[in-house]
Amino acid sequence: MESDVTAQALAVRGLRAMRGSTPVLRGVELDVASGEICALMGVSGAGKSTVLRAIAALQAFSEGSIVVDGIALQPGPVPPESRLRPLRSKVGFVFQAHSLFEHLTVMDNVTLAPIHAQGWTRERARGVAAALLETLGVAARSGAYPRQLSGGEAQRVAIARALALDPQLLLMDEPTSALDPARRGALGETLSALAKQGRGLLIATHDVDFAQDHADRVAVLADGVLVEHGPAREVLAHPTHAATRALLQATEMSGL
Amino acid sequence: MRCLSPAPNVHCTAQKQPGPDIPLTFALTKTLFIRSAQLGALLLLVGCRATPVDGAAEPPLRWGGDAEGGAPFVEADPNDPSRVRGFDVEIADLIAQGLGRRAQFVQVAWASIAQSVERGDFDIGLSGIEDRPELRDRQSLTMPYFEFREVLAVRPADRDRFRTLADLAGRRVATLGSTTAYQILLDEQARGKVFPVSYDDDVHPYTDLVAGRVDAVLLDHIIAERRLRVLGGFVIQPDPVATGHYVGVLARANVALRDSMNAILRERMRDGSLEKIFRSWDVWDDAQAQYFARVLADTSAASARRASNGPTSALSYLPSLLRAAGITLALSVLSMMLAVTFGTAVAAGRVYGSALLRGVLTVYVEVVRGTPVLLQLFVIYYGLSGVVRLPAFLAAVIGLGLNYAAYESEIYRAALEAIPRSQLEAARTLGLSEGQILRLVRGPQALRLALAPMTNDFVALLKDSSLVSVITVVELTKQTAIYATNIGSWVVPGVMCALVYLSLSLPLSRFAGRLERKWSLT
Repeated sequence: MESDVTAQALAVRGLRAMRGSTPVLRGVELDVASGEICALMGVSGAGKSTVLRAIAALQAFSEGSIVVDGIALQPGPVPPESRLRPLRSKVGFVFQAHSLFEHLTVMDNVTLAPIHAQGWTRERARGVAAALLETLGVAARSGAYPRQLSGGEAQRVAIARALALDPQLLLMDEPTSALDPARRGALGETLSALAKQGRGLLIATHDVDFAQDHADRVAVLADGVLVEHGPAREVLAHPTHAATRALLQATEMSGL
Repeated sequence: MRCLSPAPNVHCTAQKQPGPDIPLTFALTKTLFIRSAQLGALLLLVGCRATPVDGAAEPPLRWGGDAEGGAPFVEADPNDPSRVRGFDVEIADLIAQGLGRRAQFVQVAWASIAQSVERGDFDIGLSGIEDRPELRDRQSLTMPYFEFREVLAVRPADRDRFRTLADLAGRRVATLGSTTAYQILLDEQARGKVFPVSYDDDVHPYTDLVAGRVDAVLLDHIIAERRLRVLGGFVIQPDPVATGHYVGVLARANVALRDSMNAILRERMRDGSLEKIFRSWDVWDDAQAQYFARVLADTSAASARRASNGPTSALSYLPSLLRAAGITLALSVLSMMLAVTFGTAVAAGRVYGSALLRGVLTVYVEVVRGTPVLLQLFVIYYGLSGVVRLPAFLAAVIGLGLNYAAYESEIYRAALEAIPRSQLEAARTLGLSEGQILRLVRGPQALRLALAPMTNDFVALLKDSSLVSVITVVELTKQTAIYATNIGSWVVPGVMCALVYLSLSLPLSRFAGRLERKWSLT
């Protein structure tokens, strides 16, 4: 899709990646505009997580290019962390199992990177963190430890932690997998608000309802290639590819 | 006269209790226990006297000795290592023959011979055992059958400098623990003269003398002469520091057997059999001939009892036990610090290092965990003495520290690997460096996981530190053993020692438990 946006948060071209000798991604093309929520869909094993991990420089890719807000990643092994510094403040990642640091309070989880990786003062980091936690509705939990949080709270703290460095692109891996329907709606509203601030959001999910309700666009991944993409309601209402239909069918089956 | 037992394997020793005022011996009790059906027969036999008879039907005379003590006392026969030889072996045979029994050897650690014979493990202990007043107070001893001289061995360069103990003021003098020589050195130390260094064997005092770790060795002349022939590199001062005697040791109540043995020994002294044995082992000299003559001339000498020291109160040992506990604690704390530091480095190397480094560290961990710490201590202290001559305490800290480092590293490695990968990746996406991730995310959580096993290891180390007595460090257990040997009982020293260990380990376990509970909330 040739989107006509002025600010590009992410541009992925011809992305290929291997797991051992097996190709996992076979030429993925993907754009995310600033202020846009893009749902990366596909059944388990389609390669959604691999795309996200390659963009976050957690995983090597063999061919193609990834450009995030002007910073380009090249094929080959993952570069050392020292060279990834500029990327790290531009890309936030919220993991499926939120992965909070178990030994730190909510506040310390959010301020760890600003203080130690960015060299902010403690006051500044705490000020930013408090504002984020407030926005996400978990300010009251800032003294709690991760084990004491509910699934929804932990996820919002993980979002706050990923947003502390004010990244232009936020990656989320299956954010709805541990949420009940009411929480799903609240998460959707939160993400819409983040997009309105001008961030690009790329959300790997196989949750059709969530994508339909909250994503601006969907991109459907099957066997390592993008098979269908376009405005969310359009693609999900009139699927043209077998993989998309299979995804919708699976959702209907599970809904019965 | 023959024992009239109808059962050939009834213990003759046990049957010779003279009267009801003597309690049943351990041996009798044991026999009764095993052979209660023969109780009636046994009781009939009380009062039976032992006399030489044909040994075919008699139980063997079990005698205990330490083959590690070596020649000329008792050593493994080079031609048939399953057998032992030495003058004590031949004396045991002589006594057994006199009793009409067959001698049967029982291996026992030298320092435990007296307590082992009291337990009933064997009938008599013979292994260059010294006639000492405190031993006489609590055991039955045979008549002395050999007179030895406590002699000083020094390096040739010191021949004129260190002629007597008085010349050795402020010097380290080595000897075998639990001996008269050690007692002499302790008495000298109390007068502020020498620093005694106690060993568990009679070889290493001399090798350490030659190596320069100690300045003199005080031991029996036949040991000194033996070591001089084998090892060389030192000289023996001609003037003896003291003289002493070798005896056989029996259970306290076993007076009747002891008397029979004395009669046999005296007869063999008279008929020249003993002299022949000593000559064949090259330990006969004029002094010995004079001693034999004196004994045979004075019929009362052999059985004369020496004045006994009064029983020593437990409290008088407390200061030395507490001092030794201080050494145990210092040793454990320093070793643990080394183990934690080095263990952390090894764990980090095994988690983050190159394949080569990982391989090297794996070999280190497996070798250290797969071999006894006792062996490692020997290698570090004695084995490396040609390369680096470590003081005993330092060698102990290094030995225990490096040993425990291998175990600690495994704990830390497992703890590091238990931290979920997604947390580490989350830290990476936040821009933290590898070092920061280890320091701020992985390390602190791994430490919490490692705390309980680390505490266990420290408590284990407190107890394992007792092993370093083999390299001459006198810590709590060794001091307790010295105390127990002196008073002839493990009951009071054992309880005191246990209390000290518990008072060291319990607070630690409680502290760790509290910390663990606090952290588990997070």
